Amino acid sequence: TTSASFPAIGGKKEKQRKKKPKENKTRTVHANILYDNAKGEENPNRNYANNKIKTTKYTVLSFLPKNLFEQFHRFANVYFVFIALLNFVPVVNAFQPELALAPVVFILSVTAIKDLWEDYRRHRSDQEINHMDCLVYSRAERRYVERYWKEVRVGDFIRLRCNEILPADVLLLSSSDPDRLCHIETATLDGETNLKQRQVVRSFFDLDCDFDPLKYNGIIECEKPNNDLNRFRGYIIHQSGRRDALYKENLLLRGCTIRNTEEAVGIVIYAGHETKAMLNNNGPRYKRSKLERQMNVHVFWCVIILLVMCLFAAVGHGLWMFQYGDKRPVFDVLSPEGTDLSPIMSAIYLFLTMIIVFQVLIPISLFVSIEIVKICQVYFIHQDMDLYDEETDSHLQCRALNITEDLGQMQYIFSDKTGTLTENKMVFRRCTVAGVEYSHDANARRLAMYQEMDSEEEDCTSHSGTLPRRDSVTSHQSARVVLRSQSTKSHRRTGSRAEAKRASILSKHTAFSSPMEKDITPDPQLLDKVNECSSQMDFMRFHSQPMSQLPSDLADIIDFFIALTICNTVVVSSPNQPRQKVKLTSTKSIQSNLLRVNKGSSSSSLITNRSSNRGCSSLLSSPSAESTLTKLDEEQPPRGLEHSFGPVPPCYNGKAWNLEDGELRYEAESPDEAALVYAARAYKCSLVGRLPDQVTVELPHLGKLSFELLHTLGFDSTRKRMSVVVRHPLTDQITVYTKGADSSGTTCANSLKIFILVSFIKIVSRTQNYLNLYAADGLRTLCIAKKILSKEQYACWLQHHLQAETAIQGREELLFDSALRLETNLQLLGATGIEDRLQDGVPETIASLRMAGLQIWVLTGDKQETAVNIAYACKLLDPEEEILTLNAFHSNFAPFEIYPSSSPSSSSHTTPFTVLRLGLVIDGRTLAYALDKSLEDKFLAVARSCRSVLCCRSTPLQKSMVVKLVRNKLKVMTLAIGDGANDVSMIQVADVGVGISGQEGMQAVMASDFALPRFRYLQKLLLVHGHWCYSRLANMILYFFYKNAVTLIFWYQFYCGFSGSAMIDQWYLIFFNLMFSAFPQLITGTLDKDVSAETLQQLPQLYVNGQNSEEYKPYMFWMNMIDAFYQSLVCFFIPYFAYADSDVDLFTWGTPITTLALFTILVHLGIETKTWTWMNWLSIAFSTALFFTVALCYNASCPTCYTPSNPYWTMQRLLQDPLFYLLCVITPVAALLPRYFYRACQGTLFPSPVQVGRQLDKLPTETRRNILSLSRVKAGSALSPKPPFLSLSKPSPKVMMLCVVCVCVCVCVCVCVCVRVCVCVCPVNPQNCVFVCEFLYGLNKRDITC
Amino acid sequence: MMASSYNAKDEDGHITVSGPGGGTLRSKKPENTAFKQQRLPAWQPILTAGTVLPAFFIIGLLFIPIGIGLFVTSNNIKEFEVDYTGVDMSSPCFNCSQNFSWNSTKPCTCTIPFYLDQPYESNVYVYYGLSNFYQNHRRYVKSRDDSQLNGDVNSLMSPSKECEPYAFHENKPIAPCGAIANSMFNDTLELFYNDPNGTRIPIPLNTTGIAWWTDKHVKFGNPGGNNPNLTAAFQGTTKPVNWRRPVYELDADPGNNGFINEDFIVWMRTAALPTFRKLYRIINKKSSMVPTLPRGNYTLEVVYNYPVRSFEGRKRVILSTISWMGGKNPFLGIAYITVGSVCFFLGVVLLIIHHKCGNRNNSADISN
Repeated sequence: TTSASFPAIGGKKEKQRKKKPKENKTRTVHANILYDNAKGEENPNRNYANNKIKTTKYTVLSFLPKNLFEQFHRFANVYFVFIALLNFVPVVNAFQPELALAPVVFILSVTAIKDLWEDYRRHRSDQEINHMDCLVYSRAERRYVERYWKEVRVGDFIRLRCNEILPADVLLLSSSDPDRLCHIETATLDGETNLKQRQVVRSFFDLDCDFDPLKYNGIIECEKPNNDLNRFRGYIIHQSGRRDALYKENLLLRGCTIRNTEEAVGIVIYAGHETKAMLNNNGPRYKRSKLERQMNVHVFWCVIILLVMCLFAAVGHGLWMFQYGDKRPVFDVLSPEGTDLSPIMSAIYLFLTMIIVFQVLIPISLFVSIEIVKICQVYFIHQDMDLYDEETDSHLQCRALNITEDLGQMQYIFSDKTGTLTENKMVFRRCTVAGVEYSHDANARRLAMYQEMDSEEEDCTSHSGTLPRRDSVTSHQSARVVLRSQSTKSHRRTGSRAEAKRASILSKHTAFSSPMEKDITPDPQLLDKVNECSSQMDFMRFHSQPMSQLPSDLADIIDFFIALTICNTVVVSSPNQPRQKVKLTSTKSIQSNLLRVNKGSSSSSLITNRSSNRGCSSLLSSPSAESTLTKLDEEQPPRGLEHSFGPVPPCYNGKAWNLEDGELRYEAESPDEAALVYAARAYKCSLVGRLPDQVTVELPHLGKLSFELLHTLGFDSTRKRMSVVVRHPLTDQITVYTKGADSSGTTCANSLKIFILVSFIKIVSRTQNYLNLYAADGLRTLCIAKKILSKEQYACWLQHHLQAETAIQGREELLFDSALRLETNLQLLGATGIEDRLQDGVPETIASLRMAGLQIWVLTGDKQETAVNIAYACKLLDPEEEILTLNAFHSNFAPFEIYPSSSPSSSSHTTPFTVLRLGLVIDGRTLAYALDKSLEDKFLAVARSCRSVLCCRSTPLQKSMVVKLVRNKLKVMTLAIGDGANDVSMIQVADVGVGISGQEGMQAVMASDFALPRFRYLQKLLLVHGHWCYSRLANMILYFFYKNAVTLIFWYQFYCGFSGSAMIDQWYLIFFNLMFSAFPQLITGTLDKDVSAETLQQLPQLYVNGQNSEEYKPYMFWMNMIDAFYQSLVCFFIPYFAYADSDVDLFTWGTPITTLALFTILVHLGIETKTWTWMNWLSIAFSTALFFTVALCYNASCPTCYTPSNPYWTMQRLLQDPLFYLLCVITPVAALLPRYFYRACQGTLFPSPVQVGRQLDKLPTETRRNILSLSRVKAGSALSPKPPFLSLSKPSPKVMMLCVVCVCVCVCVCVCVCVRVCVCVCPVNPQNCVFVCEFLYGLNKRDITC
Repeated sequence: MMASSYNAKDEDGHITVSGPGGGTLRSKKPENTAFKQQRLPAWQPILTAGTVLPAFFIIGLLFIPIGIGLFVTSNNIKEFEVDYTGVDMSSPCFNCSQNFSWNSTKPCTCTIPFYLDQPYESNVYVYYGLSNFYQNHRRYVKSRDDSQLNGDVNSLMSPSKECEPYAFHENKPIAPCGAIANSMFNDTLELFYNDPNGTRIPIPLNTTGIAWWTDKHVKFGNPGGNNPNLTAAFQGTTKPVNWRRPVYELDADPGNNGFINEDFIVWMRTAALPTFRKLYRIINKKSSMVPTLPRGNYTLEVVYNYPVRSFEGRKRVILSTISWMGGKNPFLGIAYITVGSVCFFLGVVLLIIHHKCGNRNNSADISN
């Protein structure tokens, strides 16, 4: 989980480019000032993008066409425009063409306005950024002048001051820093808050004075712009023809902030959109959720239903025409040209007309409504107080806006360990040096004290964390583990809340560690030894004795601490002036003193005096690592040992430094580095300064020692080691200090074996024992080793290394090999154990997620023992369960062959409550076999039957492969959660990726769909918000389909000769779904809560609802369709019979039908609404009021307009008609009777778990708590995994469907009886009525049977 | 939309520009309001047999009396219907119906006697009814020009495209244009009371008050406003093809002539269903003492102009009294009774379910 990228400090490299890259593959940058007077054509940089950024998608002119073009990528929009355009064809048109355009224009414009608003916001922020100031060198004025960012061009020289933000990607040419360094903070790019050092280009390194742009005459050749933040290659060609290589260490990236450096000058290489920051920025992610995929299938079904209905109407029309033969009736109007149409032709035309008329069947507003609801859901998730972390002042971030409902359907969780389950706040716990263990009991007590303070403050109920002790790491099956009590309690990483707050304010800007990490109580025994050792060394130094006389155990101890102190990339700073180097203030005070004392000493003296080199003085001119290396490389000059001891008396520096000692702050790229440095400081071995070529360490008695830093081999995840090559100031030997994992997983051999080769077997074996012990305690272990190189060895290695560094092809591999060559035959010094504490509430979260039926897999890069113990600590593994450990030593993969046959329940997946007493632990090497094509099925079979799976020592690639395997093979919804760069691939592969915005930078967050501050928030995010989002959206979509399927016009076709006529005014028809019935469903879709948050969290079993897609199943769609058909029948035929054979006119009859349908639809929503807030009431009242207001205004507005309906005064007359009110009462009741009855029966006879949850909500809190606690106990026990009241027999969908069909039949028969009675009484035209009745009856029958 | 602002930085990759001094340390902590925390007070009905029981019984108990009331009201309405299509040989209008088309010019008259066995006390409405006549056909409904009917002179001379192919005839604009007007019902119906003495007393039929007030006074208007000389107003137009007389000769009364002729207005209001009736005349009650139509023999005299045989249509005359709920239609009463009893029945079913299963559920919850 550490993602360290250490700057590799290389020597001076003559770039041996094998061949000159082709022009089109590189970019050539000249200085602009050379061409200042000849702007335009002659400027070679003219073709490069300038620094003006434009993130807007549109311009004023291009907005309309471009936005429309984009919107038409959605097929539905094309379809609706097609329908609207169809209206312009006179033979087929159904509505007024202009009016028919209204809905699609409305939908398009809503989206367009949203886009426009977003684009405007982008434009505003672009403007703001483009108009920021920076200093650009002007040739005319011979000085730096203020310019806007947007005026900066490639090739400009810009001057940057401290705390300024970089306007473009700049090649660093000069820095006010005496070491020619520039510190930058890259938080905006990668979220890492530590400072990074950047170096001035080599050829400008030796410039003594300020950089003068006028003297610049180089030409820069570099890569084309690309988005790789960690790569920059190129070279600069000076007038002399000399070429100097350029590295990423020379490049300052746009968006970073200059820190600790008063002034820097650079030349712009990439500007504007070609900067790496901009190229890296690829908008929000779009995923399609599972629910939406299901929904799209049903949209497709709707299209089929639509076509069938149209076909039916077309055939009907053809037959209707045919029956009149040649005698054309007076009401069958000829075409405008007066020609007659054949029945077949008119049937074809009618087919198209019907597509227009029935267009409402395809819900046009569905997509927009879903978007709106999702945005609201995201808003509410953001606003949730429970997902807000006060310590870091951050809350949940939804980065993917359209997969909120997927959160409610998760089945598998893949979690990283470090930083995700644990705090990633490293606390030094214990160490072993030279085979002796120092237990640091006081330190442990101190940590326990923090713990107690926390528990007092939080008043949290403690859980007994004392599980039987685990004796041996190797026997997982029988042994049990002790959990340090604090690891299961909730704890904070800082002492108290107040402290935490203070720390969080600080840590917003800096990467300082919390006091708990810093204040390490040293082990007295070890401290004594350190003191003894250093005093001896001091003594020896005075007496010019060689250091080798030191007893080996003491030498090991001092080397151990030196290694802890220097083998890292920690930057030192002082909190009083954040980001200001201590050196600048501290060394000045002693500068004169030092100069006096240190006269004549050369480069590798005790304290580097570069800081005194201000003002063009070149007192010490060649101390760079580069030059030293070059010398070594070329001639290997014999170097005297005599000046390796700085003749600084120890008394001299004691006071000044001690004062400041406590004030020093360390900024590390990974927290365990900082932990080690703090640990070393506790032993008075403190890091006081770090420069690219030297590290200054202060030791007791010895004072400050400067180690000349020859090489740093950065940490990487394959080697799992880092090394520094230094020249030891006391012995003047070239020493390699290595810090790394005791067994590195994949490619290179076990590094402990390397230790074994050289070091004393005894020490190694003892250390190994302790390492195992540490791991068993869940500590992160690191081995510290060293190696002394002879000059020849070093020179030899260096030569290879330089070659590797300068190689163009396969540089990474060569560097890797080179590092491996260096890191062999090491001498083991000792090992450290760092505790990575569990985050708050992790065990509880895991327990409740597991109760929710989620399978949790932990994929970690850590070693097996550590991972297993953390897994025990967070209750992922249970001491009572069998653990199946798969460690492959051969490719023979026995467990997989045997296991599935003996498995008692291999089909556990479908039964979510089954608790299996089996856990699987598998390591990276074995995983590599398991992921093989031939074995993956078996692996999955085993893994599925295990309650939990733990993959250790897995690489990022393996992590993503596991996720992919489970996702694709098991067809399940997967969620990956992680915090570091190594989790990115896993996060991207999973259906939902969650990033923890913690210590490890922002890569994971950038790749994720949701970013959480803490792991425990996952519980509420999934169980509450996931559940809500899913059930809300599922219900809304179902309702949408229902609403649009209420096709009253279809029934009317039987009474208008299938002519495509509509009794509903086209205005109502078009705005019905768009306006009148739109708001309540949005409110319900946004606010409806089926079960309260408390119950959902206390009863995680309810999550299964979403996992099994209980709210949205295919049969529900069809049920809704049938219900919609039934309701439309009722809504059509009740007014039909009520107005049969009367003098009612077309639209006076259609208007009540519209009103009825509206009421029916609203009451239907009411039945489906679970919580009624004032918003629901208001929205329904608003919808009704809106309809009547619009209708009244519309019907009073114009007596001669709105052909053909011309509804002047219709509504007004209807409101005076008692029949209208009578219809409005009876129809919704009759239409919704079956559904209401069904819901009531379902609620009583076979309530779903969710309904039981709702009933629990209603109980008084006391009773509820009792029930829940009882259920929890039962759920936790092995005997009854689920609460008994949830075990009510849940009938299969078929039974439910049968019930509904029965009710439907029942009501239909009732209606038919009623119709028959009506017919008997009705004296008018009995044949007609009987026909209708029989038709109606037959249709019902057909509906039911199909 | 609010949410997207959170992503602004990520989306745009912009650097957040903090002001000098490090910016304000405003907490991002969400507000603790009921709305934002989704804790709005809410009514949470749970649909179980127990909770919905009252609703079913209440609906049942409300609907059944309403239904009975409606049914009784409907039954009190007196209605008499005469079919005069002349399909049967025995029918007096058989001859007229046989050889008749839109083109015949000679009027054919038939006389139909009928007997009312009940006196009609209140106002009697005389309807003509057509069956199988699809006035709601999509192209038929559109075939009119409302501005022309409103009296707009421009539209009078150049009718809208919707009227095609009934907009122009022999290069003259048709007034009123369109298929609806062209197919206007043009039978003349007269009613006589056969006095027991044997004299035929013509019953006065009111030609006004049959159309909507708004139609007559707002929607429809003659060109030239109140100009009594309609002939001049309609100068340059021609009558619809199927009409015998031009529009300005529909009635002698200038207040009921031209476009504002009420028979015309009633016809122009297209019927919803293929079997419909339209108000033809009203027989006003003369005094409270005498029934409007006493029991006895009547004669209906029809000037048979309107052909319906080609599309198997039927023509009827209906005499009806009306109540507050309109004409005779027992359906709504029956529907209310049916739905009410279904509700009541389902209520009983739910009651049984509630007693059998409802308690089990609740007790299971609490005992656990």
